[in-house]
Amino acid sequence: MSSVTKSNPLTQQSPRVGETIIFWLLRAAGYLSILTTVGIVFILFEEAFFFFTEVSFVSFLTDTAWRPFSSPESDAFQIGIFPLIHGTLIVTLVAMVVAIPLGLASAVYLADYAAPRVRKILKPTLEVLAGVPTVVLGYFALTAMTPLLRSILGEGTVDFFNPMSAGIVMGIMIVPTIASLSEDAMSAVPDSLRMGAYGLGATKRQVVTQVIFPAALSGIVAAIILAMGRAVGETMIVALAAGNLPRDLSDGALGLLNPFEQVQTMTSYIVQAVQGEAPRGSVTYESIFAVGATLFLMTLGLNIAAQRFVRRFREAY
Amino acid sequence: MSSPASLLQRESDTSPDLQSSPKKRARARRFEVGLLIATIVSVIVLAWLLIDIVSDGAGRVNATLFTEYTSRFAEETGVRAGITGTLSLMVLVALMAFPIGVAAALYLEEFAEQNRWTRAAEANINNLAGVPSVVYGLLGFGIFVGILGFDRSLIVGAITLSLLILPVIIVAARESLRAVPQEMRNGGLALGATPIQVAFTITLPAAISGVFTGTILALSRAIGETAPILVAGAVFSRRADNVPWGVTDRYTALPIQVFDFVKRPQPEFQIEVSAAGIIVLMVLLLSMNSIAIYLRNRYTKEY
Repeated sequence: MSSVTKSNPLTQQSPRVGETIIFWLLRAAGYLSILTTVGIVFILFEEAFFFFTEVSFVSFLTDTAWRPFSSPESDAFQIGIFPLIHGTLIVTLVAMVVAIPLGLASAVYLADYAAPRVRKILKPTLEVLAGVPTVVLGYFALTAMTPLLRSILGEGTVDFFNPMSAGIVMGIMIVPTIASLSEDAMSAVPDSLRMGAYGLGATKRQVVTQVIFPAALSGIVAAIILAMGRAVGETMIVALAAGNLPRDLSDGALGLLNPFEQVQTMTSYIVQAVQGEAPRGSVTYESIFAVGATLFLMTLGLNIAAQRFVRRFREAY
Repeated sequence: MSSPASLLQRESDTSPDLQSSPKKRARARRFEVGLLIATIVSVIVLAWLLIDIVSDGAGRVNATLFTEYTSRFAEETGVRAGITGTLSLMVLVALMAFPIGVAAALYLEEFAEQNRWTRAAEANINNLAGVPSVVYGLLGFGIFVGILGFDRSLIVGAITLSLLILPVIIVAARESLRAVPQEMRNGGLALGATPIQVAFTITLPAAISGVFTGTILALSRAIGETAPILVAGAVFSRRADNVPWGVTDRYTALPIQVFDFVKRPQPEFQIEVSAAGIIVLMVLLLSMNSIAIYLRNRYTKEY
């Protein structure tokens, strides 16, 4: 190195051996997160690779049922991922139907309407909701929400395990995520836009719904996509309340939309199968990771989409 | 919000010449009430959840609950193994995640050059936040139990949870490091300290209360997580505290026991014992959160 670059004593690298070691330890810690990701990708796709050497990738995508526990040679064996994706999507759909209106309304109310005192109480209360362990929410879905649904709609219509009650509770869980992220997006809209609208004689409701909301839209969409990612990956609520029986997709399309009949999600399959002590190398063991890899790819796709939207929203101003 | 626009709006609420027609005002009022109701719905559900759990489980919170291991009989069962398991996990996770998280934050905030690796590490930390926690469980299960052949042990659960909360700790620690004014670092450098000395004797001590707060909040999240340790190999009824520090022993934890109780067919387990276990878990979490809030209020310094 030339003496010129070393002339500034403030940035000079210390020659002490101990400090060099400390520096490299810090650097290693900084890069550990990359190693974590590498580990996740490696373990998921390595086991999934072995899985696809034993079952065909085509039947993984085309089989209409998910019955992985019998041996691959038997007639009952079916390995279609879409019954699990169907379960995941139906819970996610219910959750989003609950969470989007409540979350957006909460965001608008907290950002533009609430008096400071009300806001000071409501906001942390919502945050408490985000901190409730999901196993507790699962308990609540199974022992409080399901009985309520069954008493309203009748025990014949509503299964003991059903994606509806899991989805409603999950939706409530997601409200704080949507609310706080879209509130951030809305308060990032420059005041000049608000003042312009008020200057034209708009009412507060018009300003909120027709100026701020559209201006913050890509941030809001990002919040919704991130929340969807959480719903897709959520485990304990569905493992307790949504059931363990994947539907057969060859049933009629109308039946598939019924949110009161039990399903199995990707995450609840993982929890169910991993408790079965399947030995490493068995198809069941590998199927856990194949499902995990599918789940990982879906949430990764949602995260990337959300980041795209955030970036677009940042560039606007 | 104290933006000029909202001040102007507040003004118009009181001055009659700027008011709109009664019909418009009624509509605005309805809109606001609708927003308020939507906001309160979640709060009501939260209240319902807490009341439901306390009314189901309060009667079952007695000495047996704390002193006994899991039993087949609802009136004799307890969460002793869960409490010791959760506490052991907490200590192990703190011992692993805190130093690594702080080191990573120090590196990224104080030393890292802007190059491809640094950007990759930063992007990665953000992406890891979106990975479902059950996938971390698969990481622990696949690598430590499957490939390395560990038993489903305490240490595997602790590593899994540490990896899970590491990004949270790094982000929190970086934020508090960033809040330390540059003059303090320059002062240290001017006195002849090396950058590493400045980082450990000036910057880090100045930021430490924020770092602690972030770590405790992350830990309290880890303690409530069920899916990762369930997948990474926690078991239901092992008497985990026969050897409290047997890091290679099988273990259980409070949320795992709650899951087990809810899954049982008898209503005494499914409703009462589960709720009692949840009360213990929630009290633990809330006290950790209060410690974090206390630390934040007690040690927040203004520069």
